[in-house]
Amino acid sequence: MKLIVNGKEHEVMTPGETPLLWVLRDFLGLTGTKYGCGMAQCGACTVHIDDQAVRSCVLPVGAVAGRSVTTIEGLSSAELHPVQRAWIETDVVQCGYCQPGQIMAAAALLKVKAKPSDADIDAALCGNLCRCGTYQRIRAAVRRASEIAGA
Amino acid sequence: MDAFKDVSRRQFFRASAGGAASLVIGFYLPARSILAMAQETAAPAPAKLPSPNAFLRIGADESVTVLLAHSEMGQGIWTTLPILIAEELECDWSKIRVEHAPAAPAYFHTAFGIQMTGGSTSTWSEFDRYRQAGALAREMLIQAAAAQWKVDPKSCRAEEGFVVCGGKKLSFGKLAAAAQKLTPPSRVELKTSKEWKRIGKPTRRLDSREKVTGRAEFGLDVRFPGLMTAVVARAPVFGGKVKSFRAEKAKATPGVKAVVQVPSGVAVVAEHFWAAKVGRDALEIEWDLGPGSELDTEKMREDFRALSQKPGLKAAAAGDVETAMRGAGTKIEAEYELPYLAHATMEPLNCTVKPGRDGCEIWTGTQFQTGDQAAAASVFGLETEQVKIHTTFLGGGFGRRATPSSHFVVEAAHVAKSAGMPVKVVWTREDDMRGGYYRPMWMHRLNAGLGGDGLPIAWRQTIVGQSILEGTPFAKMMIKEGVDETSVEGAADSPYLKAIPNHWIGLHSPRPGIPVLWWRSVGHSHTGFVVESFVDELAGAAKLDPLEYRRRLLKDHPRHLGVLNLAAEKAGWGNPLPQGTFRGIAVHESFGSFVAQVAEVSVEKNRIRVHRVVCAVDCGICVNPSGVAAQMESGVVFGLTAALYGEVRFKEGRVQQSNFHDYPLLRLHEMPRVETHIVASSEKSGGIGETGVPPIAPAVANAVFAATGKRIRRLPLRLA
Ligand code: FES
Ligand code: FES
Repeated sequence: MKLIVNGKEHEVMTPGETPLLWVLRDFLGLTGTKYGCGMAQCGACTVHIDDQAVRSCVLPVGAVAGRSVTTIEGLSSAELHPVQRAWIETDVVQCGYCQPGQIMAAAALLKVKAKPSDADIDAALCGNLCRCGTYQRIRAAVRRASEIAGA
Repeated sequence: MDAFKDVSRRQFFRASAGGAASLVIGFYLPARSILAMAQETAAPAPAKLPSPNAFLRIGADESVTVLLAHSEMGQGIWTTLPILIAEELECDWSKIRVEHAPAAPAYFHTAFGIQMTGGSTSTWSEFDRYRQAGALAREMLIQAAAAQWKVDPKSCRAEEGFVVCGGKKLSFGKLAAAAQKLTPPSRVELKTSKEWKRIGKPTRRLDSREKVTGRAEFGLDVRFPGLMTAVVARAPVFGGKVKSFRAEKAKATPGVKAVVQVPSGVAVVAEHFWAAKVGRDALEIEWDLGPGSELDTEKMREDFRALSQKPGLKAAAAGDVETAMRGAGTKIEAEYELPYLAHATMEPLNCTVKPGRDGCEIWTGTQFQTGDQAAAASVFGLETEQVKIHTTFLGGGFGRRATPSSHFVVEAAHVAKSAGMPVKVVWTREDDMRGGYYRPMWMHRLNAGLGGDGLPIAWRQTIVGQSILEGTPFAKMMIKEGVDETSVEGAADSPYLKAIPNHWIGLHSPRPGIPVLWWRSVGHSHTGFVVESFVDELAGAAKLDPLEYRRRLLKDHPRHLGVLNLAAEKAGWGNPLPQGTFRGIAVHESFGSFVAQVAEVSVEKNRIRVHRVVCAVDCGICVNPSGVAAQMESGVVFGLTAALYGEVRFKEGRVQQSNFHDYPLLRLHEMPRVETHIVASSEKSGGIGETGVPPIAPAVANAVFAATGKRIRRLPLRLA
């Protein structure tokens, strides 16, 4: 089937029920998207489908055939995305494993809400677990990203 | 902490670990046992300067590559060690690159003699070695420049990646080749603390860019041509064995390459994860369960409770508790309980093994390179040096990736060996959650008698829980007369006992057969909760303010008092709070650092909400304040998750929890505001990765008591 990932077209040979996460990681070599739970509990696998944040671990690849998938690798091109810049400035990451998912969730939020309230941030990111407990800096970084994007 | 100084220069604890490989062992040692060791042994060998080549490389392209003897698992050592090198090297910070070192003796822990990361020891144990490596390299670069200019090296200095002399200037990159050929000086002067430019200044992490772009390589991300993925079916109860199995359906799964039996179960090897997982789930296995199927949490609690009525083995004692207790005006008894806990690192366990003709290569996120290397070598019948370990980033460690048994590496080695191909063994979240190696379950029984001034004159504490070290190579030196020091740390050496003339700390170490392991803050994860909750109870019984009560008991402990008073002051202890919000306080020393926390909590419909945590930390010399604050925030979240939610339970031997829906972690909307205040100090650096964890559960429980009048003595905290 045909997949459009980060603007590139790919042909993958796999049963349609294979979760998108494993197609990205094991077939396309895009390992930035992480596996954390496999049941939509942690958000480590968050990618964008047509600009919306979704959990790729529970999404059968067959359901996204022909739609546009963006992964962490495709979030920025020459320059880092404002969310990524804010993350670096705010010194958010620890082990870093959850962060691609956090960043994809934050980027999707800022697309629909350029100036999110605390409640917006809580609602958009409460599905993304961080075992290292970087939440305080994530909140601050989302606010900073909104400033950078607005500047 | 002085004891650390004596031993940190020596490698000790040599023991042989089976086969041809000789494993040098040693791990986090409570100060008390280090002291004992230091006293028992002869004068320390003279300090040897490190070989700078092992720790840094300077490239012709001006890059300065720092090789890390420790694993980056979130704690920030990827940034801390370069700060130490750069402080002395005087390089251009923007040219720093970082790599995990290979597994080799050059990188053995300066105190423990194996390559490992744990016990919150990396910063203090490397404080001299990495600075010395930087200073040696700087001197060699200066010598190389001086030789070229034919001037006295003393007239040259290093500055921002250049050697400078009068108007002359040469870059490190241009000098590197010549400097390489020189013999390192036999001694170097390190800067005094007044001359430090980097140590003590907040520094941003060096691994951010690769981690925010998804390029950072974790064990799970390892890829190369021909690499297969395996998922293993393991026994549903601990100690179970495969009786027989049918693999037809598994083999019929598209993408499955092989099904192999290994000591831990049956592995399905496939072209990619999904095929391996589907294949694994299609295996039909008959298990020989054994006695593990009788494990039951409620039954274990009864057994532990019965044990807690008996004195147990002595961990600490003074005076005559019975007599003092009889004379006490007020007597208090309490029973505290904490459950088994999973580490639940965000990246599930995994290990890649590539067998080869002359050796094997391993890629994994490990905290225990030396042990893993030896263990894999023995699976393949190789010499230790023939096993090459590539340490990837760790998607969280918390102790879970420091396994004395090296079980996840050994298993992957067996799978790769049996399948005869390179294999990455991946644990699903459920496999990881149910795979054991938990923080042990604990029960404490406490009795105290108060004197006329309300302060305790007698304290008896009986601790019941599994030994982490029993059956490991560490038992020999860290279990003394039956007492595993990691079971009683934080209780047997509590500063409160110094003020209590009659005390007894006893220990029972039952053996229910559950694999257990150090879990971020190890023994302090239970003793901190119990001691700091019970002291709060005593304050209540004495009708004294909990802060004031602690001050009186800790009057001879300036560093405890320092953080206690700082946290109280910054939190505005005693000042009114918004309606419905209450404070609790706790202070605990662990791993050479001191942390006090004040939690502001509200309770609504039996739901506990933590709004703000004020944290004061004295970690001695603080290398990177931004990193220390991050670890305090991290420790609070980790400890709060355990305080509010964490529990692994057994029924008919089966672990009842499996994934984040039934083993919840704190989420973003529940995150309290954490404010960290660092005590300025010139004391030796203490640990930081674990020390934020112990005080948060008791601070919250004490606040819940203030809010509701209910004393919760069991974690996770439940009001109904
Ligand atoms: S891996 Fe998809 S939500 Fe956890
Ligand atoms: S940074 Fe480690 S899980 Fe979030």
